[in-house]
Amino acid sequence: MEALSSLIAGFSVLGDPANVLYMLIGITLGVLIGVLPGLGGANGVAILLPLTFSMSPTSAIIMLSCIYWGALFGGAITSILFNIPGEPWSVATTFDGYPLAQQGRAGEALTAAFTSSFFGALFAVILVTFLAPLIASMALAFGPAELFAVQLLAFCSFVGMSREPPSKTIAAMMLGFALAAVGQDPSTGQLRMTFGWYELLRGFNFLIAVIGLFGIGEILLTMEEGLAFRGRSAKINPRVVLQTWAKLPKFWATALRGAIVGCWMGITPGGATPASFMSYGVAKRFSKRGAHFGQGELEGVVAPETAAHAAGTSALLPMLTLGIPGSPTAAVLLGGLLIWGLEPGPMLFIDQPDFVWGLIASMYLGNVVGLIVVLTTVPLFAAILRIPFSIIAPVIITVCAIGAFTVRNALLDITFMLIFGVIGYVFKKLQYPLAPLVLALVLGDMAESNFRNAMVLSDGGLWIFWSNGLVGSICGLAVFMLFWPLISSGLKRLRSRRSQPAE
Amino acid sequence: MRHEDETGDSLLSNRSANILVALILIAVGGLVIADSLRLGIGWAEDGPRPGYFPFYTGLLIVLASLCTIVLTVMGRMGSKGPFVRREQFRDVMKVFVPTAIYVALIWLIGIYVASAVFIAVFMRWLGKFKWPLTIIVSLAVPFALFVIFELWFLLPLPKGPVEDLLGY
Repeated sequence: MEALSSLIAGFSVLGDPANVLYMLIGITLGVLIGVLPGLGGANGVAILLPLTFSMSPTSAIIMLSCIYWGALFGGAITSILFNIPGEPWSVATTFDGYPLAQQGRAGEALTAAFTSSFFGALFAVILVTFLAPLIASMALAFGPAELFAVQLLAFCSFVGMSREPPSKTIAAMMLGFALAAVGQDPSTGQLRMTFGWYELLRGFNFLIAVIGLFGIGEILLTMEEGLAFRGRSAKINPRVVLQTWAKLPKFWATALRGAIVGCWMGITPGGATPASFMSYGVAKRFSKRGAHFGQGELEGVVAPETAAHAAGTSALLPMLTLGIPGSPTAAVLLGGLLIWGLEPGPMLFIDQPDFVWGLIASMYLGNVVGLIVVLTTVPLFAAILRIPFSIIAPVIITVCAIGAFTVRNALLDITFMLIFGVIGYVFKKLQYPLAPLVLALVLGDMAESNFRNAMVLSDGGLWIFWSNGLVGSICGLAVFMLFWPLISSGLKRLRSRRSQPAE
Repeated sequence: MRHEDETGDSLLSNRSANILVALILIAVGGLVIADSLRLGIGWAEDGPRPGYFPFYTGLLIVLASLCTIVLTVMGRMGSKGPFVRREQFRDVMKVFVPTAIYVALIWLIGIYVASAVFIAVFMRWLGKFKWPLTIIVSLAVPFALFVIFELWFLLPLPKGPVEDLLGY
């Protein structure tokens, strides 16, 4: 019950009208970011992060996390009305959302999407409220070996869970670690991989990478697809909303499954995108009308949206308690914590209770506000999408360039952004996942120093990683996740061999 | 949008692109390994040397990329289709080249003027908009950005000779 009293204290942080205002700004900007191509949650937060340097950390995190919730809501709008996923996690929403819009049931589909997003988020926030203090108090006892083991688990989960080929996931991830190592070595002060180029002294900033990879890369991809917004019109009126709400309770089992899948994938950094696909697949298998999926089933909208939002929200649980972000956007928020001078991890719950519980309380309120905002403003955002791409694209590129510059006031960073844009375009086309690259870039220095400290403790022996039950089982799980692709294909082969003689 | 025959008019096949990128990554990994070796990958008196951790990241980049190449050559990875078709490549270049010029212009004449020029060129050339709208948008956006960043958040952005003339 300690969690509840902390939560109430958190809500008092929201008593400050300024924070509520930041929340509204954040949600509205977030929906806009989610709707526009080339601006996503991670990228939008990265661009706006420098603007928050002068704010108090609590207000800043409330605004930035609300941008994240807004972007999660916004992704559904483009998926349903335009058959263009505004965000990768809303790809699965197009499967049934767009057919519904074609049948003139866009209002129903949107209401279902927003409501199930809200349900997924709420489920995840409740989980965060009660699990976070427990995990944080456990993590207080962690030494460098345990911390590195948890980071290892996070990265190995990427290899095991990712839809991309493992060899490419590993290459992208290690590229992130290598880029993170560029510049001055934090422990010895020696220069690494600068090759005599003094501008590289400070290393690569992950915000630049995020803006380039997700922003510029996405614009190039959008251009290649020859994007033309020819969308369905959206009319949402209270009658449609109420009618849809009356239908939704039927899908409680799907929504619950979606929320559980989402939370699981959010906490182990699988992320919102695979969670939405997995939830869609599970719903299709379990539903009585599974065969009709893809032709415009409301249930097919509920499943991925619940999971995506639950995953997006629960991704903040490991970020707050262990300092390990469960998604690229959470990674950017984590980077923000470091910039504001806060040390992410279990100590946050003791040193900065206002910050942590203010954030958690804002997650409750932010999602309620978000639901109301999107339900009332859909036509407005749909109208924004009708602005031609040749106006939107240069404006977005300009905003990205300014965002890249303001991170460290360095012109060279704008050039790096462009290079990262090309990398993002090529990697996306060749199925190299971007999330592990970004996560490795954010966590690189931390993971490395944990590893080194562990090595110093053990005098260079790797035995420290199975020196006690806790660290041993985390490492064991990590190795299991790492080899999961091999294990699962092995199992499949075994099963097919066994079933063959029967046939 | 024209729909080409899936195999026709391809600039680069998906498989070749796969191998090409893997080769580039191997080169990058090699660079990381080389620099780590220079810094020392072993053990100093007070703990691991600076190259200790990066060495393994470089090594894994090389190994994973070799794996990608082998799987691609064996035909187990990468689709047969094109990586990019001529049409698509031209569309992408239409955005990329102006953006690259824009980034270069920022160095020369500051971000505000460069943005105005960039938006105007983009709208006029790719969007085929009439001059009045083009001029309005390309002036309004940098002005709005100026108000937000320079006046509101007090974040100075790169400026050039034009801003000097105006006294900023």
